[in-house]
Amino acid sequence: MNLIKDYEPVIGLEVHCELATKTKIFCACSTAFGAEPNTQVCPVCLGMPGSLPVLNGKVVDYAIKAGLATNCEITKFSKNDRKNYFYPDLPKAYQISQYDLPLCVHGHLDIESEKGQKTIGITRIHIEEDAGKLVHDKEKGTFVDCNRCGVPLIEIVSEPDMRSAEEAVAYVKKLRAIIRYTGISDCKMQEGSLRADVNLSVRHKGDEKLGTRTEMKNLNSFTYIQKAIEYEYKRQVELLEKGEKVIQETRRYDVNSGKTFSMRKKENSDDYRYFPDPDLVPIVTSNEKLARLKSEIPELPDDRKKKYINNYGLTAYDAELITNEPGTADYFETAAEKTKYPKIAANLVISDVMTSYDPETEDIPVEPEHLAQIADMLGDGEINSSVGKSVLKSLWENDCDAYEYIEKNNLKQISDESKLKPIIDEIIKANPKSVSDYLKGKTAAAKALMGQVMRKTSGRANPTAAEKIIVDSLEKLKEKN
Amino acid sequence: MNIRTLSMKELSDKLNKKEISAKEVCEEYLEAAEKIDSEINGFVRFTPDAAVSQAEKADEKRAKGETMSPLAGVPYGMKDNICTKGSITSCASKMLENFVPPYDAFVTEKLNDANAVMIGKTNMDEFAMGSTTENSAFKVTKNPVDKTRVPGGSSGGSAAVVKAGEVPFALGSDTGGSIRQPAAFCGCVGMKPTYGRVSRSGLVAFASSLDQIGTLTNTVEDSAVVLNVIAGHDENDSTSVNYEKPDFTSELNAGVKGMKAALPKEYFAEGISPDVKEAVLNAAKEFEKMGVEVDEVSLPSLKYALPAYYVISSSEASSNLSRFDGVRYGFRASDYEADDIDDFYKKTRSEGFGREVKRRIMLGAFALSAGYYDAYYKKALSVRTVVINNFNSIFKNHDFVIAPVAPTTAYKIGEKTSDPLQMYLGDIYTVPVNIAGLPGISLPCGRDKDNMPIGMQLIGKAFDEVSLYRAANAYEKEASK
Repeated sequence: MNLIKDYEPVIGLEVHCELATKTKIFCACSTAFGAEPNTQVCPVCLGMPGSLPVLNGKVVDYAIKAGLATNCEITKFSKNDRKNYFYPDLPKAYQISQYDLPLCVHGHLDIESEKGQKTIGITRIHIEEDAGKLVHDKEKGTFVDCNRCGVPLIEIVSEPDMRSAEEAVAYVKKLRAIIRYTGISDCKMQEGSLRADVNLSVRHKGDEKLGTRTEMKNLNSFTYIQKAIEYEYKRQVELLEKGEKVIQETRRYDVNSGKTFSMRKKENSDDYRYFPDPDLVPIVTSNEKLARLKSEIPELPDDRKKKYINNYGLTAYDAELITNEPGTADYFETAAEKTKYPKIAANLVISDVMTSYDPETEDIPVEPEHLAQIADMLGDGEINSSVGKSVLKSLWENDCDAYEYIEKNNLKQISDESKLKPIIDEIIKANPKSVSDYLKGKTAAAKALMGQVMRKTSGRANPTAAEKIIVDSLEKLKEKN
Repeated sequence: MNIRTLSMKELSDKLNKKEISAKEVCEEYLEAAEKIDSEINGFVRFTPDAAVSQAEKADEKRAKGETMSPLAGVPYGMKDNICTKGSITSCASKMLENFVPPYDAFVTEKLNDANAVMIGKTNMDEFAMGSTTENSAFKVTKNPVDKTRVPGGSSGGSAAVVKAGEVPFALGSDTGGSIRQPAAFCGCVGMKPTYGRVSRSGLVAFASSLDQIGTLTNTVEDSAVVLNVIAGHDENDSTSVNYEKPDFTSELNAGVKGMKAALPKEYFAEGISPDVKEAVLNAAKEFEKMGVEVDEVSLPSLKYALPAYYVISSSEASSNLSRFDGVRYGFRASDYEADDIDDFYKKTRSEGFGREVKRRIMLGAFALSAGYYDAYYKKALSVRTVVINNFNSIFKNHDFVIAPVAPTTAYKIGEKTSDPLQMYLGDIYTVPVNIAGLPGISLPCGRDKDNMPIGMQLIGKAFDEVSLYRAANAYEKEASK
């Protein structure tokens, strides 16, 4: 993203992440997605009179794990607070959240930005309950579905450390990777189990003072985050350039138009009347429990990233790409152990596997051994890269041993000059126009001939060898003339 | 044999010996209660069908030779803010006039398990806010001792129906004196157990950190018998304490010789009526005669407890009562602007709540609002700590505290309705107990010049109801000589 004049965006994110507990945060109702409206409810999550919340211990464990995985300090004596506001999707008219003693504080994570590695601060992580869903019907009116009421969330608040849409997206991707590794959430963005609120202001580069910010709520895809930031940055700069002021407000990003629209103003006047929830007891975390949770944190993306850079010679950027998905990282590691050329395997994973990979199912139909075979053949020059790609594609449809497939389909690369020379001679004879172009100085004409060679050999010709023969032959003709 | 003149113990014995059936008892009480109550207005509604079938169940069980609870077949009244499955639980509010909970409160379940027979729900100040039961949306309960006077509140209905002989016992709830004060006004025994001793699950919350369910009975022993049934840990209430439950009747007759009592001088300072002061001081002398060492002590925080109580209780109430918004259950205004959710809330809540409830909601919302939180709510919490410390230091050297329950005896209906502050002042002696979470029992200790009952309050150490019953029973026996 390019800067307009010298205005830089200052971006902070609040990421809501649904925890993968089987039951809700304060009752035993199921958290399963997609059930019929109001079938996963009870007096507690419906806020019926006399009902009382009981905190699900798993929720605390998961939130602490998220904190440990993002280098946070864990608050040993924490509590739940009530955030009071009226809305039909909030049965108690207060949300049980955390105010001044969040479970985790002062963390950070590293992202790969255009300018290399950058550290993004994490202000806090707290637990809270989700609200319900309003369903609008033009004729029948508005309905409330309370299935989501009480679904456990963590809210991860970043420092305003990001300076571009790309950095913001990289941050969410990294956060998502870390959370997925720890196993505390599936982070399915389409189902809303990971969504981001973007706080954005602009200022002149070098200024210390922050500008007036706006908040864009509930962005649930990387593309929307990117586009919303780009649009909002431009909108704010244009306002300032016109001599107008940015108003502090909540804005809605409209997916269809790609624009943001004002939702409500005067954010500062909102008063949620926070106070400690007297129905719940303080959340006390012992050192023993902390040690246990620490021991349950698996190898995290950055550990793997380091390993890939050191052991396999990957670039930091490539290593980050692969490690962002636990599924692709596992896959790559297995393949890398089986090939002489892990870097080539990494390229295949990034350019071919990850473009077809569905992170929801984590399904990769090609055995990592077979990808390793392709990498080996590529590295040894037995097949060229276009064949490598097409073999991988075929195996994706119908997996089998890559050696056998290449043998059976006669796909090995032709590097031998004695085999290439007659083919090329024939092509030169058949394409006098290209030849004469070349002789007139249009060197690009050699490329056209190369295409012919590839066509003739079904793409098997070693491109380097073939190109050399073509150019040599043409140069000889030139000398004759 | 007149069933209604039997003490609860005698009734229990005769039921056990099958000299009378639970059904007979139930019918007799129902008939009498309906008659008596036409003048007392202690019940908001009777539940004759459920009562008879519950009594029949008790008889069947007894016929099978099962071991029965001492409450099996004993009729009782339930305060209308305690949930009873399938039976209206209105909190004496228009807001919940037709609300039928689909679940039982923990205490309701316990009483059902004990085969006690609920014959109706008792009147109260709306949402337990008040000291006279005049704030009921439905009717004004009269003091059975003098029908021109209030029975106290908020559990005025429960106290009145016990005193009037409509039931052998009733349950109430006590947030700032709502069991002890009506017991004193009507001349019966009211027990507010330690916070956490009885589950609040199913008690429609007024102020969660102060509310506690307790008993209204004719005698101290009856109270201990009922508490034995309703106390105990409940995993659905996070603030319910998981202590081993003692037998509350175990030391009833242990005598008080060697016990140490404290007489805080602040309880007898300005504002107390001379009759009340004299009666309670005489009672203290009785204790001395029985071998109790009575010391004058100081509870300097007493005067701060009342304002702290009104800040804390109103703050919590403002949040607890937010759920009554007309969206899912309860009263809904019929005439509101379509498509204007704020108007919907405003009209519903303005019309559904009574004056006192609205006053407290506004008071609480104000105390919690940004900019005032520190000065009110936070300050009140510090006062709370001071009150707890004051009591703790008294209990280092004493087994219980002797104090008046209220500055005056029952006053005339309508006498204080126009001056809420004067009414609030009447709670000064009871609220410190709730603030500190301690057990307190109110029992009769004489009559004033108008022959109205005077109540004495004994305050005990947290979770030491046993000592409280021991002292109270000794006094009761001595006084009846």
